[in-house]
Amino acid sequence: MNNNQPRPFFSVDWTMIAIFIALCLFGWLNIHASVYNPEKPGIFNLSTHYGKQFFFIITAFILGIAILLLDGQFLNAISPIVYGMTMFLLVLVPFIGKSVAGNQAWIAIGPFTLQPSEFAKFPTCLLLAQYLSMDQVKIQDLKTKVIAGIIIFIPIVLVMLQPDTGSALTFTSLIIVLFREGLSGYFLFLEGLLIVLFILTLLYGKLILTVILALLSALLAYVNRKNKKFAATLVVTSLISIGFVFSVDFAYNNILKAHQRDRINVILGKVNDPRGEEYNLNQSKIAIGSGGMWGKGYLQGTQTKYDFVPEQSTDFIFCTVGEEWGFAGCFVVIGLYLSLLLRIINIAERQRSSFRRIYGYGVASIIFFHFFINIGMTIGLVPVIGIPLPFMSYGGSSLWSFTILLFILIKLDSNRIGTT
Amino acid sequence: MNHFFERKFVVQGIFIVISLILLSRLFYIQVITNKYVLSAHNNVLRKLIIYPARGTILDRKEKALVQNEPVYDLMVIPNKVRPFDTLEFCNLIEMNREGFNKRFTKAKKYSPYKASLFEKQLSVQIYASFQEKLFEFPGFFVQNRTIRSYPDSIAAQFLGYVGEVNNRTITQSNGFYHQGDYIGISGVEKSYETLLRGHRGVQNIMVDALGRPKGNFANGKYDTIAVSGKRLISSLDKDLQKFGEKLMQNKSGSVVAIEPSSGEILAFVSSPTYDPNLMVGRKRGYNYTKFLSNPYKPMFIRPIQAEYPPGSVFKVINALVAQQLRSIDSNTVFNCSGGYYYGPNGSKKMGCTHKHGALNLRQAIAQSCNTYFGYTYNRMIDHAGMRPVNAYQHWWKEVSEFGIGSKLDIDLPNERKGRLPTGDLYTKRWGSDKWGSGFNISLSIGQGELGITPLQMANVMAIVANRGFFYKPHLIKAIGEKHVVKEEYTKKNNVSIDPRYFNIVIEGMDDVVNSPGGTAIYSKIPGIDMCGKTGTVENSQGKDHSVFFAFAPRINPKIAIVVVVENAGFGATWSAPIASLMVEKYLKNTISRPQSYIDRLLLANLLPPIRTKASTSEPKKSENMKSSSLIPPKSTVNIQKKQNETIKKADTQPVKPNE
Repeated sequence: MNNNQPRPFFSVDWTMIAIFIALCLFGWLNIHASVYNPEKPGIFNLSTHYGKQFFFIITAFILGIAILLLDGQFLNAISPIVYGMTMFLLVLVPFIGKSVAGNQAWIAIGPFTLQPSEFAKFPTCLLLAQYLSMDQVKIQDLKTKVIAGIIIFIPIVLVMLQPDTGSALTFTSLIIVLFREGLSGYFLFLEGLLIVLFILTLLYGKLILTVILALLSALLAYVNRKNKKFAATLVVTSLISIGFVFSVDFAYNNILKAHQRDRINVILGKVNDPRGEEYNLNQSKIAIGSGGMWGKGYLQGTQTKYDFVPEQSTDFIFCTVGEEWGFAGCFVVIGLYLSLLLRIINIAERQRSSFRRIYGYGVASIIFFHFFINIGMTIGLVPVIGIPLPFMSYGGSSLWSFTILLFILIKLDSNRIGTT
Repeated sequence: MNHFFERKFVVQGIFIVISLILLSRLFYIQVITNKYVLSAHNNVLRKLIIYPARGTILDRKEKALVQNEPVYDLMVIPNKVRPFDTLEFCNLIEMNREGFNKRFTKAKKYSPYKASLFEKQLSVQIYASFQEKLFEFPGFFVQNRTIRSYPDSIAAQFLGYVGEVNNRTITQSNGFYHQGDYIGISGVEKSYETLLRGHRGVQNIMVDALGRPKGNFANGKYDTIAVSGKRLISSLDKDLQKFGEKLMQNKSGSVVAIEPSSGEILAFVSSPTYDPNLMVGRKRGYNYTKFLSNPYKPMFIRPIQAEYPPGSVFKVINALVAQQLRSIDSNTVFNCSGGYYYGPNGSKKMGCTHKHGALNLRQAIAQSCNTYFGYTYNRMIDHAGMRPVNAYQHWWKEVSEFGIGSKLDIDLPNERKGRLPTGDLYTKRWGSDKWGSGFNISLSIGQGELGITPLQMANVMAIVANRGFFYKPHLIKAIGEKHVVKEEYTKKNNVSIDPRYFNIVIEGMDDVVNSPGGTAIYSKIPGIDMCGKTGTVENSQGKDHSVFFAFAPRINPKIAIVVVVENAGFGATWSAPIASLMVEKYLKNTISRPQSYIDRLLLANLLPPIRTKASTSEPKKSENMKSSSLIPPKSTVNIQKKQNETIKKADTQPVKPNE
């Protein structure tokens, strides 16, 4: 109907943009606070994190505007190409990558380093959306499941190789997209079940768990012995579960690195080692917990400013929020994220095109995963997995990738009236 | 077309539930529990104790007796310690591995999070080399504070010493004292602890994760400043004290001098003494043990803790009390035929030094006639118009007014009250209350069950000098910059002796020093009218104690003094000359007597041999002693025993004459 798009900003969703700007700026304030050094007060000093982040934010805005100027159809068309290029970059990373904090996930371009794993998120969402929105593609079909699975698992495997477990796990959140598109709730249940099994295996060992699983299945099968369909599901579930238990055990002992095992052990309460791995988590909790109801005030946080919290401007930026802004600040930040997520879902649902809806769900899934895991790890709910807090954590790659992710959605949404 | 639309709600539900979980967890750790606030304080806050300078102690001319010197204490916070090169550490602070482990365990036991003292008082040299390497040893830091220093090394027992506070005191102090704090343990340091210690300050500083200071917490809102301890001005005259300690070297005994018009103690010599500088610093414990095991007991504060029968100086009191009780007057004459005979048919005798013939009170004092005071005591007890046991009570009351048998409440800890036996003691010993003066006749000449400290003797002299009153003897005359004087020291204490009765006694005491027949004529001071009384105290353990007390000048007295030299023999030989030099030094600040007069006293070693295996040898020289050696333990410790023996002797056979 209106393919000319004379005014690209006219129909954009200002709510999302407002939340985006709010998170970016609030994040920047907190980065400033977390590394604040009275001896180097310059806000735009490019040798400091907050100086750099300011530059990143400006460029992110420019990037966002550029995306809004793109053609919506074009985005759809190029998604396989972008996906392919990104995957190629990911393959390259282990060879040309630069190691930062044990993860060889960075590629140096001039004075800046880029993290290709961050940039793999939006192409994956795009390609998944494109594939699932094709005619005749139904998630109920095994073939569809396999292809969708492959689209998701290629980046997982490649990112794992870097190795960057945290970023790799991000892609698993896309199961939410599949669920929305009709994937049986059973799979969501299965994923939940597997997470529980994962924890229980590490806590109690594979043998005990296998026995318990077998007994439980037998009991359930006996109770529901007349329901054939249920029995079949049960058998499959049990087999998957037991297989999973063994593979978790194997992975834990043979694949995970010592520090990853430590992190998991700390979360599970299996080790008590306040000076070792638990130190980070403990300091993070202390910083947030000491903020109280109203926080210590801007630039008044002692725990983050004096380096008690590790990575206080990147993965642990939420500590500064918790310490200086208190529960009130945390409430606002969580409120902003939740509003953003709910808004994205609403926007996705108002699209006529399933491509856009699916893409929207992809954006929501990824932001949600980062939001939950990042904040969860700072307060000890989930293991310490090094992934950034969207829009707030220090770092150009992460900010730009989330900006691209979100602004593509905004762009697609602004065209919603035009295209089917 | 839009199948599974309702799943939107499931997804949104998941988002909301997860957000709520995050929020409730945050609410718990931020609002409900304060555990993390405390941990955050632990992380970042360091309380830096600012130790106040302990008050200095000055002499009466405001010259320093005690001052402060900086030292460096090594502190540790056990849970901040990271692995380090212990060998290098131990070498730097000159400590062995064992000592290191012991101290570290102790610190950990006290608290892993709080700073505790690791090694006290590093020397400036060790501190300097250690400070350079301090960064290699996280968890350790150096805190500087001051220790006591004694420029003249005098008045050890008077000043006392400070030491680390013990656990019991820490508990009782309601948080005032902390482990490693210093507290006065004896002497003025102890009795004026609350004034001297001051108030310490606390500085709350913040540190970063590596323990580097990052400035004041809350702009110093919770900081307190250290308030220095009060300055004490003692009554001591530094020069006089020094001179007294010198004269008393190699002797065991005391010198106490009081200004009668104020009760201020001018000299407080306890000999043998020690250098108070040895009781500070890292060697304190070692020296302390050494002093304790020293047979001459340098830690014994003789002026207030040694109790002796006063001997003939007690005749002064009896002369005054007898007049007050109307038993004699200034003209009363008794005949001395070489002793006082008493008991059934005069079968018992208390001997006298001479056959004095007929003599009056003044002559009796001047010549220290035992017979005269035997008769006098007999009149007071047996011829008072009442039963002797009641008469004794009157006598007891008059004597006790002189401060005998009770504490004078001097401003030093551990004063002893001495002993003035009550009538009950004799009633018990006799078996009924029908005893008379013959039963305790040795009290007439200051022997027997009496126990009097040198301080009490000096105070008696002050009373005589004042003709009937005294101010509480004290060592600290003024406190702080404003020279505050304790009220109790401005209060006049009267004895009930009529002032006119003092005249004749003072005449006699004048004769003791200044008339040809006086017992202390050798100690006459040219140009100063000193009145005194000698005493030679029987000592069943060894040689007699030499005692002399005096005041001067006779008109408007400025100093009352007592000198006790244990195991030295006649009062006139040793104590009186020492007293006369002290008086002259104080009043004129020069000595008119020839050097040989002083040298005789300085060079004399009157310390008794130690009663050990090596008792035949010369007294052991102790490297840390100022006086080369100290008194044998028995002569002071067993005073009580000796007194009992003395009274038996006095009752059953003629008493050994006293001059």
